[in-house]
Amino acid sequence: MIPAPQISVPTAAGTPAAVEITKLSKWYGALQVLFEVDLHVDKGERLVICGPSGSGKSTLIRTVNALEGFQRGEIRVGGVKLTREPAVVDAVRRRVGMVFQQFNLFPHLTVLENCALPLRLVRKLTAAEARDRAMHYLTKVRIPEQADKFPAQLSGGQQQRVAIARAVAMQPEVMLFDEPTSALDPEMVKEVLDVMVGLAEEGMTMVVVTHEMGFARQVADRVIFMDQGRVVEQAPPEAFFTRPQSDRTRAFLNQVLPH
Amino acid sequence: MHYHDNVDYPPLLTRPIVFGPLLVGLFAVLWWFDAANSAIGRLVAGIIPAGTTPGMHGLLTALAVTLFAAFNIFVVLRLPLRQQVWLVWGELAAVILLFFYSFDLSFAFIQRKIGFLLTQGLVTTLYISAVSITLATILALLGAIAKLSSNGIAQGIAHFYTSLFRGLPLLMQIYMIYLGLPQLGYVVDAVPTGIAALSLCYGAYMTEIFRAGIESIPKGQWEAARALGLRPTAVMGRIILPQSMRVIIPPTGNQFISMLKDSSLVSVVGVWELMYLARTQGQTEFRHVEMMITASLIYWLLSIVLELIQKRIETHFNKAVTR
Repeated sequence: MIPAPQISVPTAAGTPAAVEITKLSKWYGALQVLFEVDLHVDKGERLVICGPSGSGKSTLIRTVNALEGFQRGEIRVGGVKLTREPAVVDAVRRRVGMVFQQFNLFPHLTVLENCALPLRLVRKLTAAEARDRAMHYLTKVRIPEQADKFPAQLSGGQQQRVAIARAVAMQPEVMLFDEPTSALDPEMVKEVLDVMVGLAEEGMTMVVVTHEMGFARQVADRVIFMDQGRVVEQAPPEAFFTRPQSDRTRAFLNQVLPH
Repeated sequence: MHYHDNVDYPPLLTRPIVFGPLLVGLFAVLWWFDAANSAIGRLVAGIIPAGTTPGMHGLLTALAVTLFAAFNIFVVLRLPLRQQVWLVWGELAAVILLFFYSFDLSFAFIQRKIGFLLTQGLVTTLYISAVSITLATILALLGAIAKLSSNGIAQGIAHFYTSLFRGLPLLMQIYMIYLGLPQLGYVVDAVPTGIAALSLCYGAYMTEIFRAGIESIPKGQWEAARALGLRPTAVMGRIILPQSMRVIIPPTGNQFISMLKDSSLVSVVGVWELMYLARTQGQTEFRHVEMMITASLIYWLLSIVLELIQKRIETHFNKAVTR
């Protein structure tokens, strides 16, 4: 019998941070991709992570819900220290929702089933409860009328909104977005960003990897710039965009911002 | 057509450069191989005027058959696609049945024996095949999951299993179970022997089909389901396997049809299945051909039924992509 893992929730220092990453290092074989990354996300905070491709920003947020492993450092989600124990990973994934670049909807299930199946299997809701809650969140992303269609019949923007509804319906404490608009046609980016803005306004804790600088400016409390596996700079959006401190940030912003 | 294209190429058989040589070739073959004195010649003998020389008779026969083929192509090409398919299928089936008919069969004998062939032989064949198909599917699923697992013992067993049972002739496996196991003190009856051999052998082939099917599902599906908190068994059962069915079913249908006919190998240990009865019933009155053809047609009909079932299942698992 494996002893039940200790899931310690520190209470002494008041409410724990939503996500607390300390000196996180990760290697793929001999190649180091994250270098002692420190990142602190408060409850209700909206964080945007940007940086050139290959800078480790996707890898970083994928370590938070254990889709990627790591070798050194520590990750705490809502006070729970992330290990490789099944019960710990389950506990962390209950608190963390994720939206992927490629949507990753389940193509063999209808839109409604996509949202309702995890509610039944993980949250143990009855079929009727799961249905109601799924419909509630599909209404919030403004596609209740597509509930009985299959993902392949939807546009990219609609699919991504379903993916957001599916994740949010699980009522996580933190939402991770891994380049949610990078695979979309330009005219569909806005409908997805609008849904994300709505989510932010409701106070959801969000960590968003994105190249949408307009979204960062409008929604983020803090912008993180990563390059080559390190956090190079972090600042509130106003300061980040107008007074970037490092040369690498300036060079990056020159590339992505309209001139 | 699976890959739709908005270009009207003239159908091959309407192009003179295709149908010209084709008809000339057909004529030449018929003439050269002396079709006039074959069963084909007897079919068209009525329309050849009497009293022609043997040489002329040969030419006219070849010409008549060639013209009939040309007319047939002409008519078929004017039908809608679906009817073309069915008509050609039906014509070819008729040719095969005529081929069987040409053996001068005793239908009275077939009529006398077919009841026993069906109640004993067909029932046994169906029973062995159905049980083996079920067991093989279970073995294949277990084998595929074992091969993809991180469990070294499971992987080792699965790799050895597929290697051994794909590597040995099925006939040998039947003998080894029937004649070899008694050496260890286990006497296995003939029917369980057949079921065990067929299940193990086809389970090994299907393990590879299932493994490839599971591997064809992108990793993002696994990640999304795991990120939502689904347990590994639920991810496999609810997300991965249902999707991989689209890839798994067509080759699995092949395996089932193949197994149906390979169940005839079980006759070597004396199981009274279709093939065994066809051989033994024919022997008593030297009417081998009657029984063989009857059995063949029964196998064919069963295969057609399996094809239809496969088609229904494919439609079911394709509904998410085709609608």
